[in-house]
Parts: sequence; C-alpha cells; structure tokens
Amino acid sequence: MARIMPLGEAVAQCVTDGASLAMEGFTHLIPHAAAHEVIRQGRKDLTVMRMTPDLIYDQMIGMGCVAKLIFSFAGNPGVGLLRRLRDAVENGWPRAIEIEEHSHAAMANAYEAGAAGLPCAIFRGYRGAELKRVNPNIKSVICPFTGEELAAVPALNPDVAIIHAQKADKQGNVLIEGIVGVQKEAVLAAKAAIVTVEEVVEDLRGLHPNLCILPHWTVDCISVVPGGAHPSYTQGYYPRDNAFYTEWDAISADRDGFLAWMDEHVLKSGPEDFARHAGKGA
Amino acid sequence: MPDFKPAEMMTIAAARALSNDDVCFVGIGAPSAACNLARLTHAPDITLIYESGTIGTRPDVLPLSIGDGELCETALTTVSGPEMFRYWLQGGRITIGFLAAAQIDKYGNINTTVVGDYHKPKVRLPGGGGAPEIAISCGEIFITARHQKRVFVDKLDFITSLGHGPNGEGRAAFGVHTKGPTKLITDLCVMEPDPETLAFTVASLHPGVTREAVRDETGWSVAFADSVEETPPPTDEELTVLRDLQARTKAAHAAG
Repeated sequence: MARIMPLGEAVAQCVTDGASLAMEGFTHLIPHAAAHEVIRQGRKDLTVMRMTPDLIYDQMIGMGCVAKLIFSFAGNPGVGLLRRLRDAVENGWPRAIEIEEHSHAAMANAYEAGAAGLPCAIFRGYRGAELKRVNPNIKSVICPFTGEELAAVPALNPDVAIIHAQKADKQGNVLIEGIVGVQKEAVLAAKAAIVTVEEVVEDLRGLHPNLCILPHWTVDCISVVPGGAHPSYTQGYYPRDNAFYTEWDAISADRDGFLAWMDEHVLKSGPEDFARHAGKGA
Repeated sequence: MPDFKPAEMMTIAAARALSNDDVCFVGIGAPSAACNLARLTHAPDITLIYESGTIGTRPDVLPLSIGDGELCETALTTVSGPEMFRYWLQGGRITIGFLAAAQIDKYGNINTTVVGDYHKPKVRLPGGGGAPEIAISCGEIFITARHQKRVFVDKLDFITSLGHGPNGEGRAAFGVHTKGPTKLITDLCVMEPDPETLAFTVASLHPGVTREAVRDETGWSVAFADSVEETPPPTDEELTVLRDLQARTKAAHAAG
C-alpha cells in the first residue's frame, strides 16, 4: 500500500546494503534524484540492473555503491562510452565490479517474466551471438511442440524497483505516459517499489480507459520530487537536457573531476535541488 | 556536381537504400540520420521504429538518444519495451534493421561489445543493446559505418550480432532464416555480399574515390564486383534537406 513520504525516508526504508535494485526508465523518466539519494545514503554492495545503465549507474559505480551490474547497453546514448563504468571494468576503480551482460530483448523479456511470476523468459534470441559464450545465465530450451531451440534467461526479480513517473493521485495510484519502457514490469517484478513523481493530483480515475497506471497497492513509497528525472526528461513537464548528457562526457573523464562534481551536486545537495529543472516546458 | 563531404555522401547513399514501403528499425547515430533523410525526401511514408518503443515516428530534429521526447511526440503510437521486442521485432513485422558498427568483418558480423578479451577488455564498448535480435529478426539488415581500418577488421574481437557467420558459413547454420546484411554503406563506397562467398564486395564507389583508397581502409582483402559503378553524387535537394536537418538538430541539442 503506497505511502507518500520524503525521498530520503523512502530510500532508507527500502534500500539496504547488498540489495538488488532496478532503477528503470528507457531514456525517458530516469530516476536521477533517487539514484543520488542512494549514493548520499552510502549504500554498498548493490546489485544493480537496468537495460541502459546511462548516467545514474555510471555515478553509482564511480561512487563505489555497486558490486554487480546486469545490463544490455552501457553507453551515454548518442555521446559515447560510460567512463566511470569503463574505469571499474578495465581498472577496478574504485572497486572491481561483476558484470552480467544481456541484449535488450533478453532484459525486457526477463522483467516481463519476473512480473508474470515465471522462473525464466523464453524468446528467439542470441543466435550466432557471442554473449552466450561469456554469460552462463544465457541458456536454451527446446520447444516441446515444434522442436525449435529458443533462448532462455532467468527472470529478473529485484528486491527494489525505483522509477520516476508523471503523477500519482492522493490514493497513491501512479500514472506513466510517453516512452514507458519496462517500468511497469520492473515494479511488478520487484519485492518493493519506490516511485518519485512530478506531482500529486486529486484522482487519476476517468482520464482515459487505457492509461498505463500502477495501482496504489503495487507501490510501497511515493515521493514527490519535481524535476527528479533531470537530465533525463518527463514527457509533458520538461525536455531531455541533451547538453548535459554531452557535458557528462567531460565531467566523468577523470576521477578527480568526477568526484568533485559528485561532491557538489550530489553529496552536498538534496532532492529539492531538482525542482529548478521542473517546469521548463516539454 | 555540388560540393559535398564524404560523410554526407554516406548518409545520402544510405537513405537511398530505403523505400517508402519499408518498416525500419532505426539504430542511433548514422542510421538515424539516413532513415530520416529518406523520410524527408523520397520515402515520406516510411515507418521508422526506434527501440524505445516509438512506432511511425517523424522527428523534426534528429534525436541524440533513441528515446528523446521528440520521437514519442511525433509517433503514431508508443509501446512498452517488452511489446516492442516481442510483438514487433520477434514477431517479424520489421522489413529493415539499420545498424551502425564499432567493428565489422567481411561477412557483416558486428562487434559493439569489447576491444580485446571480453574478461580483460582493452576498451569496454557500450554493448549490443537491441542489436543481437535486430540482426536475426528483421527481414534484412543495412549497415552504415565510416570506412576505417580499425572498424573494417579481418577478425572481430567479439561477435555481438550475427551477419553471415564468422567464417561466412551462412545464417542457416545458426538457425536464422532472414536475409541478414545485404548492404554496407560507407563514406567511400556501397558494398553488397557476394552471392557465392557472402563476403562484402564493392558494388559502387562514391564520386572521386579510388579502389586504392578502399583497399587502404579495409582490414580484409577486399573484392570488387565485376562491374563497379559510380555512386550517383548527391542531388541539390538531398544535400539541402540533410544540411537543414543537421543544422536544426545542432541548434536543438545545444539549447539544453
């Protein structure tokens, strides 16, 4: 049953050292404010999963929060590589991390299987691809009806899913619209879920019969964080800050510059600092 | 002939490969520019699909990421990640997958995962994203990449997505029955697989490009078709539309 509470309280309640986290959002609605809160609270040894690790996992890895990363595309989209992730994988800085690498289709299927309560996902994938040589969690099954060999990967069932959404209503029902990615699946696959939202409205009923809505009883904590997806975006509220995504390449290029930026913008800041990014028009 | 840059010729040649009836799964970067140029010139009704879930999108500026808001706002519809990969891609609804490559071999196998050993990489690249399944589930695959020796390699460090097999054994050996890579469009030439060997062979050279220039930038012993043509140079319309699109894009992304 969803309770509306400050973000710091929500993260303290749900995220423990060693937990597995899915902080999803496919380019759109990436929960940046929540990731910063996890970093500020100093969580360690996390297993983090995400189709597109993007800047938030680059930041969490660079700050030493992560023991294992499960992912399918680890780039700064349209800009280049994730430099903190590279430093961890290539040089073990600030700590070595384990990686489990999949394709997008595998991750999307694995979240769906997790939401559906199945032990694994089955799909036509990885044929002729070398990831199955290096990832023991990519296996195959034979269709009992046709004999076709299909790829199988374990379902993803994170301890905690954290997402950002447009709005919740007072009862705690959550509306997501635009590019919805795998957020619904991640929340339904998880043992607990935190949703940051731009705003709380009176009631979401009756707006449209097919809206993507997570009922309040699928979510544990809702935190109101206007601008909380920045530099990602919230459709209808503010656009993607493409200039910042480009700047991140330079900010994250060396360890000292990265740490200085994190100190100023994360460790010495709070969720309320995201508000200045809200309401810039979409 | 108007003045043009090799990169512009590449994008324009890639755009020409697409038709109005195509349903195209668009990779980010060079493919995205080519697909939208096609839409803004000779293929106004082409269906462009990005892996973020946007179907039939008509962006006014090129997206920086595969999920910019512009893609969703101008799409016919936007679906979830699992639906995109299960119903639309795996379901066989896509005619062309348009990919870029960090490394490519002569059989159109692609590496976007690592340079060096997987477990001790010299360079950790972003990884495959949607590519492993785009490469096997789309009707055919077009690839576009700058023609450089470090990209066009004799042997890949890692096979992220299947072309015609590491030894040119063909896709059926891997249980794949779609056509795979049928065109490779570079800033020097257009290549197509030889029907016998399946190795990418030069079909046309861009204006002013010599066979020697292609040989110098290709990491395998490159073959030329019996009758190599000259790629028609960009038209004024193609160049104008492409440059306008890129100028709009640059202004939009700098705005922040």
